[in-house]
Amino acid sequence: MATQHSRSVARLMMAPAVVLLLGWMLVPLTMTLYFSFKKYLPLRGGDLGWVGFDNYVRFVSSSSFWPAVQATLVIVGGVLVITVILGVLLAMLLDQPMWGQGVVRILVIAPFFVMPTVSALVWKNMFMDPVNGLLAHLWRFFGAEPISWLSEASMTSIIIIVSWQWLPFATLILLTAIQSLDSEQLEAAEMDGAPPLKRFYHIILPHLSRAITIVILIQTIFLLSIFAEIFVTTGGAFGTRTLTYLIFQRVLESQNVGLGSAGGVYAIILANIVAIFLMRIVGKNLDA
Amino acid sequence: MGRIQLKSVTKSFGDVEVIPPLDLTIQDGEFTVFVGPSGCGKSTLLRLIAGLEDITSGSIEIDGTDATDVPPAKRGLAMVFQSYALYPHMTVRKNIAFPLRMAKLDQAEIDKRVEGAAQVLNLSDYLDRRPGQLSGGQRQRVAIGRAIVREPAAFLFDEPLSNLDAALRVGMRLEISELHERLATTMIYVTHDQVEAMTMADKIVVLQAGVIEQVGTPLELYRTPRNLFVAGFIGSPKMNFIEGEEAAKHGAHTIGVRPEHIAVSDSEGTWSGVVGVSEHLGSDTFFHIHETDLADTITVRADGEVGFRHGDRIHLTPRTDVIHRFDAKGLRIE
Amino acid sequence: MARAVTTRRKSLNTVLAWAVGLLIFFPILWTILTSFKTEAQAIASPPLFLNFNWTLENYAIVQERSDYMRFLWNSVIIAGGSTILGVIIAVPAAWAMAFVPSKRTKDILLWMLSTKMLPAVGVLYPIYLLFIRLGLLDTRGGLVVVLMLINLPIIVWMLYTYFREIPGEILEAARMDGASLKEEILYVLTPMAVPGIASTVLLNFILAWNEAFWTLNLTAVDAAPLTAFIASYSSPEGLFFAKLSAASTMAIAPILILGWFSQKQLVRGLTFGAVK
Repeated sequence: MATQHSRSVARLMMAPAVVLLLGWMLVPLTMTLYFSFKKYLPLRGGDLGWVGFDNYVRFVSSSSFWPAVQATLVIVGGVLVITVILGVLLAMLLDQPMWGQGVVRILVIAPFFVMPTVSALVWKNMFMDPVNGLLAHLWRFFGAEPISWLSEASMTSIIIIVSWQWLPFATLILLTAIQSLDSEQLEAAEMDGAPPLKRFYHIILPHLSRAITIVILIQTIFLLSIFAEIFVTTGGAFGTRTLTYLIFQRVLESQNVGLGSAGGVYAIILANIVAIFLMRIVGKNLDA
Repeated sequence: MGRIQLKSVTKSFGDVEVIPPLDLTIQDGEFTVFVGPSGCGKSTLLRLIAGLEDITSGSIEIDGTDATDVPPAKRGLAMVFQSYALYPHMTVRKNIAFPLRMAKLDQAEIDKRVEGAAQVLNLSDYLDRRPGQLSGGQRQRVAIGRAIVREPAAFLFDEPLSNLDAALRVGMRLEISELHERLATTMIYVTHDQVEAMTMADKIVVLQAGVIEQVGTPLELYRTPRNLFVAGFIGSPKMNFIEGEEAAKHGAHTIGVRPEHIAVSDSEGTWSGVVGVSEHLGSDTFFHIHETDLADTITVRADGEVGFRHGDRIHLTPRTDVIHRFDAKGLRIE
Repeated sequence: MARAVTTRRKSLNTVLAWAVGLLIFFPILWTILTSFKTEAQAIASPPLFLNFNWTLENYAIVQERSDYMRFLWNSVIIAGGSTILGVIIAVPAAWAMAFVPSKRTKDILLWMLSTKMLPAVGVLYPIYLLFIRLGLLDTRGGLVVVLMLINLPIIVWMLYTYFREIPGEILEAARMDGASLKEEILYVLTPMAVPGIASTVLLNFILAWNEAFWTLNLTAVDAAPLTAFIASYSSPEGLFFAKLSAASTMAIAPILILGWFSQKQLVRGLTFGAVK
């Protein structure tokens, strides 16, 4: 609903944001595509010409590819399961009447604001160190042999660290969703004779399904590209080299830009598959 | 001055034509009500006059000058919105003063006009409050205050009472009517409520699907509705329509009889039926009568407390001098 | 209507929730506590909880050895600069999309969102190369631009959802009242949008502060912010728990405080308005 004049003003006002993002998307994307078809080793001869799909084939057939895919899936999957299940439980707990609700909320949310490098390092050294870490003390207290977490249980460790970072996000969103549930619905179900577990299953869970989907999609997009947590803990060793980390190593550490770029294209495609589902939900919400 | 003339105005949103070519003249000082069911284009028409929407073709003249391409601010019109559209971060005083500030009036003049408007609208005690601290009726008055300080050529009201409760609505209706008496400025008022239209208007414009069905004074519309739509829309309870044999007797395809033009009796009458639901309002009683062989339900309005009960047989006699006759196309037969 | 519950039930909830809350918060609490210990106390066995000699020496050492203030300043410039720049570019765009929507508005919004989902690693080398060519590597200006671009979609989205809550009729009223576009934005829209803009600034400042892909890969010394400062404790300094804790505490303290203010906006900002 507007007049012609306001329409043209509007276009002008959108222009800077649109142009910048368009450039931010197209320029690097085109370059990545360009490099992915080249043999390009900046430190060992530079541009060695076109190689067609060679990089794509080599990236997939390299011995590190499938382990990286596996590591990525395990980390993403593990973190999602933990954060969603604990998030639902925690959200329901925080929704109950209690004293000091505001403070508890803050305690639970705090990890989200800790920068990734800090949380990774604190966990790595102060908790998971096999000699002086708090977990080692705990293990010894119960008479068990301390675990050297990041080498022996590397994946579990990474999943714990990342879950700790993302649990607040899941909890907060699910809590917001629970609070939007009309309590009369629950009371109606109670009048209809549904016991608590059935109420949870038939009313609360369906009500949360959209929020859970959103948590899963958004977290997946961020989790696919976790970097700092691995960078400062294992550096990709002990089977924790994810796809993102593998590409990082190819590009910046071994300076095989062509190969890394092909990997980058795979990563972009992967992220886009998840993104499409997320966008659908968000888009539907726009119409409402 | 505030004579507004629409000349073959049309409006389309994309491919959808919401207002086909339309001509209308609103005289200076007239209280004109646009009435019609929701989606009939009445609000769009008002927004076209306000300049908040571009017209697709045709022209709008205000006091004889072409205003088609004049931006809303320069048309000299003031508008009262359905949601009141008060500025929540400003006090009542600042809200009312806003148009004057935009017009770059000097502060003394602004203060004088704001105080004046506040007095007229009983808002003097609330000038330093914010809209959030006011009741619905008070907010409505602030919105009106913001409109009157500008001394506009015409006021535009977009369903201003629809967010108020029933009792307040009646009060505000009177206040707006009184305001019109006092200011004698052109007012255009949009509503879907035919009672508001009947009680306030000098002139009613009945709209349906962007088309003007009839223009006239309230009583003209009541007495001589031009077609079935207007006949059914104006008047409460709704006019009874009877088709078939009974209509043919009057030389029409459809006849219309208003509920208040039917006399009831327990012994004799032209028609008869069985009483269904009766609504007792104290001053009047509405009977919904079934099994009349005329229509599904005939509604009758009887004075005071008439002692018919559910299931009673009742006899009805219409006043023949006020039977409305319509042809097969739904147009009035004189 | 929330129902009244028994005191017993409420007590039970309280105990359980506080226990869980403290457990989740514990790593942060432990870090803060450890930062006040001596190195020996930090690795004492069994661990010391509160019964140690509080000291500030770690903070002094960290500042002296690695010039904490410089990293802090870089973080402030990079996070603040990218946020302010982003808001300046996003406000007009969000205004236009919220109040003059067209058929393409939705597509543009979703497209903007899709750029946010571009995995950073996929464009790492091109950006790296461009940074070298343009002399932006290890400069604060370069990072301001990159972080502004990666957060721009979120900024536009958040502002858009806030602006959409402002009823269009109020802006039309302003127009009827004779306000020009400039006056309309200045006197009516902006005051009404201040809370929304403030939340947007806050959340994006936090996101930019904690960003740890580009800040690690595009800085070395001069422009390195706190994320890189902490990463430098990776080893072997990480074994000095007390100093690591002091450095960590200094890196997260400012943002924890800001974060507490922004928790409500967090949901809206990070779900692009899909959960409110």
